[in-house]
Amino acid sequence: MKRLVVMALVGLGLALGIAAADTPTTIRRDGVVLTIPQEKRAEVIGDRLRCLVCQNETVENSQAGLAKQFRGIIRRRVVKGETNQQIVDFMVHRYGIFVLLKPPLIPLTWLLWFSPVIALALGLLVLLLARRRKQQGAPPLSPDERDRLKELLS
Amino acid sequence: MATMLTRRLMFGLPLVVVAAGGVASYALLERMGRGTYNPQAFNNPLVGHKVPEFALPGHDGHAGFDQAAIMGQKRPLLVNFFASWCVPCVEEAPYLDAIAKSGLDIWGIAYQDKAAPLDLYLAKNGDPYRRLASDAEGRVAINWGVYGVPESFLIAPGGEVRWHTAGPLFPEIIEDQLKPALQRLT
Repeated sequence: MKRLVVMALVGLGLALGIAAADTPTTIRRDGVVLTIPQEKRAEVIGDRLRCLVCQNETVENSQAGLAKQFRGIIRRRVVKGETNQQIVDFMVHRYGIFVLLKPPLIPLTWLLWFSPVIALALGLLVLLLARRRKQQGAPPLSPDERDRLKELLS
Repeated sequence: MATMLTRRLMFGLPLVVVAAGGVASYALLERMGRGTYNPQAFNNPLVGHKVPEFALPGHDGHAGFDQAAIMGQKRPLLVNFFASWCVPCVEEAPYLDAIAKSGLDIWGIAYQDKAAPLDLYLAKNGDPYRRLASDAEGRVAINWGVYGVPESFLIAPGGEVRWHTAGPLFPEIIEDQLKPALQRLT
């Protein structure tokens, strides 16, 4: 009985040890060692940035060498303790707002962001004008036209 | 009458819009064909600003350079990022030679390159570079907003970037953009 308990305890200890080894607290990605929460944060940042080589992919998804380098830079800066905004600003400072997959709301992008509202307003305007015209009905006939109508109908 | 005019407008306006779109698309394709329009290009924010801080070692036999060396220049300067493994760079090489012979100094930065293939490339395609630095890791290129090779920056005396292009310096770009930008400097 005593031996059984000891064996069970040893087994439990082994199982826990293996489980602990299976869930590491740090990982290595793009040449940088970082904790899981840091990696999660780096992925959030990378998903906001455009890979400038294959321009419709995110930095996080792209296989391009430049994107890999960007991922390394992001991770090194995350480990250093920079905020997401600081890291995004670092990239925008070098590559302009084109590096952002979601364009920011600045005077340059007003037309882009407000174009749906503008299109809706134009459509409503056209609709309003069309309705107003319909309500007016046809203009009255001139005396000449009235005579001609009488002539045609008789 | 007003209604007649409205009908003509309703018929004609869409046609005009379609025709204008066609002309614009043709103009874009034609400029892409000539190499003066690159749909992937975007404005480098460095234009209008001083070159960033950096220091790079020279490729063997050549002088390297740093931010201070560029800022100390008294004449306009063309900084050209290139690599021995880059195909458009080979296409650009004869035009770079012509630019160097015309009197504009070119300083090269070899991007993610190794000494042996770089020597072979220079022997084959000519060496128009007055100075040639090596950015083996490509970190300096990122600080310049470079996203591929070749890319070229025209720098005014004192170190301010005045013009930039991503892609090879073909004759059309040299005539239409580089030369006018250079003339504005002198």
